[in-house]
Amino acid sequence: MDKPFAITLDVGSSLANKTGSWRTSRPVYVDRLPPCNHACPAGENIQSWLYHAEAGDYEAAWRVLTRDNPLPAIMGRVCYHPCETACNRGQLDESVGINSVERFLGDEALKRGWRFEPPARESGKRVLVVGAGPSGLAAAYHLRLFGHAVTIIEAGPLAGGMMRFGIPKYRLPRDVLDAEVQRILDLGIELRLNRKVSNILETMEQDRFDAAFLAVGAHIAKRAFIPAGSAAHMLDAIAVLRGMEGEDKPLLGRRVVVYGGGNTALDVARTAKRLGASDAIVVYRRTREKMPAHDFEVEEALQEGVLIKWLSTIRNMADAGTLTVEKMRLDDKGFPQPTGEFETLETDSLVLALGQDVDLSLLYGVADLVIEHGVVQVGANMMTGHPGIFAGGDMVPSERTVTVAVGHGKKAARHIDAWLRGGSYAPLPAHKLAPFESLNPWYYADAPKTARPMLDLARRASTFDEIVAGLDESTALFEARRCLSCGNCFECDNCYGVCPDNAVIKLGPGKRFEFNYDYCKGCGICVAECPCGAIEMIPETI
Amino acid sequence: MELQTVKFYQTGTFTVGNRLLAEDERSVQANMDRTNSLNSGHRACQGCGEALGARYAIDAAMRATNGELIAVNATGCLEVFSTPYPETSWKIPWIHSLFGNAAAVASGVAAAMRVKGTPGVRVVAQGGDGGTTDIGFGCLSGMFERNDDVLYICYDNEAYMNTGVQRSSATPPAARTATTPAVGREPGNVFGTGKNVPLIAMAHSIPYVATASVANLRDLERKVAKAMEIAGARYVHIHVPCPLGWGSLPADTIKVARLAVESGLFPLFEVEYGEITGRTPIRRKVPVTDYLRLQKRFAHLFNVAGEGRVAQIQAIADRNIAKFGLLEEARTHG
Repeated sequence: MDKPFAITLDVGSSLANKTGSWRTSRPVYVDRLPPCNHACPAGENIQSWLYHAEAGDYEAAWRVLTRDNPLPAIMGRVCYHPCETACNRGQLDESVGINSVERFLGDEALKRGWRFEPPARESGKRVLVVGAGPSGLAAAYHLRLFGHAVTIIEAGPLAGGMMRFGIPKYRLPRDVLDAEVQRILDLGIELRLNRKVSNILETMEQDRFDAAFLAVGAHIAKRAFIPAGSAAHMLDAIAVLRGMEGEDKPLLGRRVVVYGGGNTALDVARTAKRLGASDAIVVYRRTREKMPAHDFEVEEALQEGVLIKWLSTIRNMADAGTLTVEKMRLDDKGFPQPTGEFETLETDSLVLALGQDVDLSLLYGVADLVIEHGVVQVGANMMTGHPGIFAGGDMVPSERTVTVAVGHGKKAARHIDAWLRGGSYAPLPAHKLAPFESLNPWYYADAPKTARPMLDLARRASTFDEIVAGLDESTALFEARRCLSCGNCFECDNCYGVCPDNAVIKLGPGKRFEFNYDYCKGCGICVAECPCGAIEMIPETI
Repeated sequence: MELQTVKFYQTGTFTVGNRLLAEDERSVQANMDRTNSLNSGHRACQGCGEALGARYAIDAAMRATNGELIAVNATGCLEVFSTPYPETSWKIPWIHSLFGNAAAVASGVAAAMRVKGTPGVRVVAQGGDGGTTDIGFGCLSGMFERNDDVLYICYDNEAYMNTGVQRSSATPPAARTATTPAVGREPGNVFGTGKNVPLIAMAHSIPYVATASVANLRDLERKVAKAMEIAGARYVHIHVPCPLGWGSLPADTIKVARLAVESGLFPLFEVEYGEITGRTPIRRKVPVTDYLRLQKRFAHLFNVAGEGRVAQIQAIADRNIAKFGLLEEARTHG
């Protein structure tokens, strides 16, 4: 051996020293369920599509989004975005404007003409969808992608259901609705309009359908008994809103009173304003806190000059249009109780917006159905008591929003597909939720939410122009990048950087990281410094 | 609509790297091809701030010099845990002589490079606070005053950790160490005096002096890279928490370092030729208690005996904030 003076051993690397043996607990990469995904009634993988949007790859983002929801441009306008309510960023500054990014992606898709990929092969099965509302359209879309032949039968003259006949134009322009519906139909889905299914079993038999998804919605206005003179002008909210889609707009007069406290009541009052009413008054029997309408709808309605009479019920309506209104008070349990104080209100028409019932006539004679509270009961797989007949949307117990309906359609489609194949669909077990406490917010700089521009009040009160505008590219990108990526690695390199032992291996773009347990001493700095909580410490088992 | 100029996380600089940034805008540590100058298998404790700080600094210096770098090491934790004979964790030319002479040896290496005609090869000397502020202080001051072409990096973990946590001249007031126990009327390290080597280096009017923290990687890398662009004597003082000596959790190493900066106890600043030319503003100011409570060496401050001491330490932090203007131009940057 030829070594320098006093040197007896070869120089060795410390790599021979496997310091991983010191460890008592080890870090592991995990994916947690972001609260937005958890809250989405349509089951969108929001964090995942924002991840692509952050990089400016809007088409990839749109494709991930539409794996769950084929109606992003509609959803970006009408969804009440429970995702934003759940968003962890809300605890930092303001929630991410998920809804506005979704709308941007939806509009971008329409502008650029992105299409859905047709199914790779046909299953040979035929599925009937009754009702072309959000639930039926979503189910048809997913069933078609599974390779089934889908026919939608719709009683109305146009597709869209309550999206067309319930949601006013100023919230959902019809060209957007038409384009998103057409894109679904372009997958090769047959749509039969103006055809009411009167007997579901007969229709299935005639056209040899293998399964059916019912989503007829809830279009029958609920009534309340209000003694009224024979000439009193009383209408129901659904008829008014549906009438807005025809040539002859409903005649409401200068003074309009709407009875009810839901979003529909506000939609009618705001519509009346736009039709030229000088007074649009909503009469509701409880308080603002108890009102089922969303707060932002109340706020916008008030801005537009709609008046709301709280704690009031309508007792009767005289011929001349004089309403007798009784003041109410809330009892200890929060129920309104009459006070015996009355006042009168002059009106040209009274619109009842007291909720809707389901027209269940198509189900007469179907065995094993359970109907409670006027809606069809379905199992966890969205199947009614009758094998092969599934149902969703407003006709089953639900919150009755477009997003819930879309979620029902997707869920039902998966179960129908499994049922047609003779199996059952079992969703993958969900990841553990990523709470705010699992994040390291130090790494997130302050960046307040980008507000969407609103139409001028003057134009809002007089036209049916859309009131909320979309984001442009730069603001949408900004908004997408506000996402904290809760519980899901977004390759910030923090773990790779902060390890004092070089025990994190970077695998390259899109491939994330790996631990080198030969050298990881289990200090846990990577866990503490991971911004998004995507690393967990687990005890070593020895 | 008015656009916001504020930058935000996903393309910001608070994390080590970022998939949305161009390669050349990312930190050295984000690079898959970083030198890893201090390799795996070293025997530093779990969560060692010094091992982390050394890799951050030397990797940055390696990039700044295209790998033409020789490191001289003083005795201390860094030397002991990285080179138990015959193993070494260093992937760069590295030499160790004595506890107190790293600056002098580095001066010699720099002279040797000049004589050999390889002036492109740069020299870094590094040591802990003991080897720098106490034992090697004379050699360091000489290196400064002769303006030798050396970057001296001090990894400050505020005591002699290698030999069992004895106090050094960098140990903060009131801290408990093996030689300043938390007993008696004035528990812990002496209050009122101290030795601020970055300011002493500044008094030498050398070309460049900077303080840095393992909690702010971008800032640290920028300062090391800047130092390597300058000829002559340079000094970078890096705050590196020691979980063992400070009694903090290994997982909290970066958090503790961050709180030292954010409380104002460890000000980040730059000096060129005797003038303060830069300071890193505090982003979210915290009271010193946030920092002190994470460390057992300060536990006695929260007993009856420690009453008043916390307020005195807060006064030190407040004085630093005022002196260096750490809350000025407090902007959201990143």
